Amino acid sequence: MTLHEKLLELIANTASHLPADATAALEEAASREEAGSAAEMILRTLLANAALAAASRTPMCQDTGTLTFFVPHALRGAVTPEAIAAAVREATAKGLLRRNTIDSATGRSYDDNTAPGAPVIHYTDSSTRTIRLLMKGGGSENMSTQFSLPDATIAAGRDLEGVRRAILHAVHRAQGYGCAPGILGVCIGGDRATGYECAKLQLLRDLADRNPDAALAALEERTLAEANTLGIGPMGLGGRTSLLGVKIAARPRVPASFFVTCAYLCWAARRGSIEI
Amino acid sequence: MTATKAIHLAYPFTEEAVRALHAGEQVLVSGKVFTGRDRFHKHFADGGALPFDFRDAALFHCGPVVVQEGAKWRVVAAGPTTSVRENPYEPAFIAASGVRLIIGKGGMDKATLDACARHGAVYLQAVGGAAALTAQTVRRVVDVKFLEEWGAAEACWQFEMHEFPCVVAMDAHGGDLFAAVRERSAKTLANLLSFN
Ligand code: SF4
Repeated sequence: MTLHEKLLELIANTASHLPADATAALEEAASREEAGSAAEMILRTLLANAALAAASRTPMCQDTGTLTFFVPHALRGAVTPEAIAAAVREATAKGLLRRNTIDSATGRSYDDNTAPGAPVIHYTDSSTRTIRLLMKGGGSENMSTQFSLPDATIAAGRDLEGVRRAILHAVHRAQGYGCAPGILGVCIGGDRATGYECAKLQLLRDLADRNPDAALAALEERTLAEANTLGIGPMGLGGRTSLLGVKIAARPRVPASFFVTCAYLCWAARRGSIEI
Repeated sequence: MTATKAIHLAYPFTEEAVRALHAGEQVLVSGKVFTGRDRFHKHFADGGALPFDFRDAALFHCGPVVVQEGAKWRVVAAGPTTSVRENPYEPAFIAASGVRLIIGKGGMDKATLDACARHGAVYLQAVGGAAALTAQTVRRVVDVKFLEEWGAAEACWQFEMHEFPCVVAMDAHGGDLFAAVRERSAKTLANLLSFN
């Protein structure tokens, strides 16, 4: 396979295949809901939709989202922005991606989904030869949020209890939007920009992994369990599953700032990878 | 939420059948479904003529991906789009058109809920993002209006659908599932976060 074919394969797979851990989490959620309930029906519909999309290699959701590529530095010479853009163009022409890129100043469509700044490419210091791709829909991106602690409106101070309160408020605010059940990537600290970057990176983690930091691992477990008692349910119509996972990381901050950034990813957790 | 089996709704969706529905019930919609989103509602609000007879039919907030194959159209993806944007127009549209089912995502406002009660209509939540599966429930593309002017995603399509799965989110008796869930979750959140 040429590099171009590999990149095209990565896009096609990511758009049409729900990752195994997300599928397993949705299946577990479906079995947790009351038999015959609307919540169960919605989760089964999502699973059937994902199976159908994978079998037919068609996008599982019509919003094929923002494409963010994570490329190890060592591959930078070959996997250039131009090489990635060429693959995106072809994927768009083939109907694997919706025309989904708009010039923010003029309102015009970039019909081939490429423009300065689109797709988004991060060159990372990973030592692997694995390129990763995250496709994140607009409805879910709209639900991402950033708190600056202390925040009196949610009675959140500058400690892990404050972080917990911010997380639960973020889940509560997202209800009815962003196609629940979703995944929450959280960054404690950083600045406003690195906070979002780090929170988004947490969305790439396997849902079944365990945070090596014991305090953060405990907070992940606790907030996930608590979020699922809110009764928001699939699509916000009620039920036992509001979230599939919470993944938290911490970054250094300056004394004056304490951000808690929550990146929300809908059930269509399209993250893919390919070896180069 | 009570465990129920899905109720089959087939066109024509009568006032009687629609008034018998309650928030939280699962339905399978078959028959005449029109798509219409922002451009369509704007057109209606500006006094434009309705392109089809919506009486006893369904309006779906959806911007489908449709491909032409010879003389025929095939729907590739057809998930619901967020409905709140149509709040300002929907009560008048329900009153003028005789539509019985509004299908979308995320629910609508009190004015639309009131219009549903007054005119005998319901708001159905489709499964967000389930575009591949929803596309499969479109048996046939019957007609399309405003395709050149508005493009495929905004055009007004007439679909013949078969067992399109939805949940009654707002019924004709003032029942609003989103509001009920929101109220309950707010209480639970307050309990979780209370300092005592
Ligand atoms: S929030 Fe996710 S599943 Fe829902 S429409 Fe957007 S991309 Fe699709």
